[in-house]
Amino acid sequence: MNAVRQTAWFVIKDSLRSRWSVANTLLFAALTVGLFYLQADGAKVVVSLSSLSLSFVPLISLIYTAMYYYNSRDFVELILTQPIGRRSVFLGLLTGLLVSLVAGFLTGIAIPYAVFGSSDWTSVSALMAVMVIVFALSSIFAALALVAAVRCDDRGKGLAVILGVWLVAAVLYDSLVLAGATALAEYPLETPLLLASLANPVDLARVLFLMHSDMAALMGYTGAVFMRFFDQPIGLVVATVSLLAWFAAPVWYGLRCFNAKDF
Amino acid sequence: MIETRGVTKYFGSFAALRDVSIALHPGRLTGVLGPNGSGKSTLIKCLLGLVRPSDGLVLYNGKLPDTAGAYRAQIGYMPQRATFPGDLTGREVLAMLSNLRSEKPPRMEFLIDLFDLHSHLARRTRTLSGGTRQKLSAVVAGMYEPSLLILDEPTAGLDPEAGGVFKEYVSGRKAQGCAVLMTTHIIHDLEEMADDVVLLLEGSVCYAGSVRDLKLATDSPLLETAVGRMMKQGAA
Repeated sequence: MNAVRQTAWFVIKDSLRSRWSVANTLLFAALTVGLFYLQADGAKVVVSLSSLSLSFVPLISLIYTAMYYYNSRDFVELILTQPIGRRSVFLGLLTGLLVSLVAGFLTGIAIPYAVFGSSDWTSVSALMAVMVIVFALSSIFAALALVAAVRCDDRGKGLAVILGVWLVAAVLYDSLVLAGATALAEYPLETPLLLASLANPVDLARVLFLMHSDMAALMGYTGAVFMRFFDQPIGLVVATVSLLAWFAAPVWYGLRCFNAKDF
Repeated sequence: MIETRGVTKYFGSFAALRDVSIALHPGRLTGVLGPNGSGKSTLIKCLLGLVRPSDGLVLYNGKLPDTAGAYRAQIGYMPQRATFPGDLTGREVLAMLSNLRSEKPPRMEFLIDLFDLHSHLARRTRTLSGGTRQKLSAVVAGMYEPSLLILDEPTAGLDPEAGGVFKEYVSGRKAQGCAVLMTTHIIHDLEEMADDVVLLLEGSVCYAGSVRDLKLATDSPLLETAVGRMMKQGAA
């Protein structure tokens, strides 16, 4: 456990000084400030922020994690020559990167909100929902990026894979689901759409945010079905378990790959 | 102390090592020589547990090493290319590595003095010259006074003065009973320091034995000529 903590602490220290980490924080701060200039209503700002987070957080988490791993590969090798297990190194790397990413994103959102935002409960509650989404998406996509980077020694190939993951999860998946739903419009699609939303963490995060913000009505009849499912304890449990599975599966597979890898 | 028995390593269909059996002994320096791509780095990585052999065994004190890597507490490793996290200072890198072991490194300050690193340790490692990073790497390798030193082209980036200090340090450790494995293309370094030599050619051991026996077997007074002749025989 000490080795995990120490490795994570070292990654956090190194990351927080990196210009990329500062750039992440500034980007989110600029987006939040920009949204406050466009509209004064704190609740609407948070909704816009959630949409931006659903695209930017996965992309930045993927690229940042993979680049960090590729740039530190020689030092990771040196750590692996120390008397500690590979499992500790992998978990320490992931934990350190996650803490740095989440700290950067949340600072970028929270400070401008504290300055410009309102303190009414609806807005604050929506902001907290965005923060939970940011945390969940950062964790999932950082884990996916680490798996891709561990599997692909070639940096170009690794980056191509993670961009493909982002493109599918944040852009193509919705289009495919929409195309499928249009083509099969005559059939009852609520349950398949519900399952489809569980199969993509970005969609799942989006649905959970909309449910939390009472905006399911915007989604029409499907929204009502989603509301009926996710508003029940079982729905919340299924959603939470799905998000956890989206994190646990790449961590488990990444550990296997890291343990078997030739450096 | 540490030995390989019939170690073979394939990367896909390419055999980087074929049936390599060598042993390193306390108080002796073994030089590993061979052309580029002959398997020197793969052999080192097998000894360190960074590469898993496709076949054969790596034994530490006659036993299979534990998977948690505790045996590496006795190994100091100096890689060919010293790379550290660029945004951390040298002092922070040393602190991080010693925190990983939860144990104070007994020879760290001695080595920092020896390589005259004090004035560089407060700087971020990205601003250090290649030679200074190599010296930092030497401190990392030796700060726990390991009983086995694995050095991959250690003097390549060092200036002549630092190279001399480093060779003196390694000779001192050897005299204290430390086993040393060193790869280098500078045969003159091995002529000065090596007791044994392993010659690798296309992943296979072409010669493994003492420097003296190699010179006798090839009838040459110089190690450089002896190595050249042995490699010619191995290739033929």
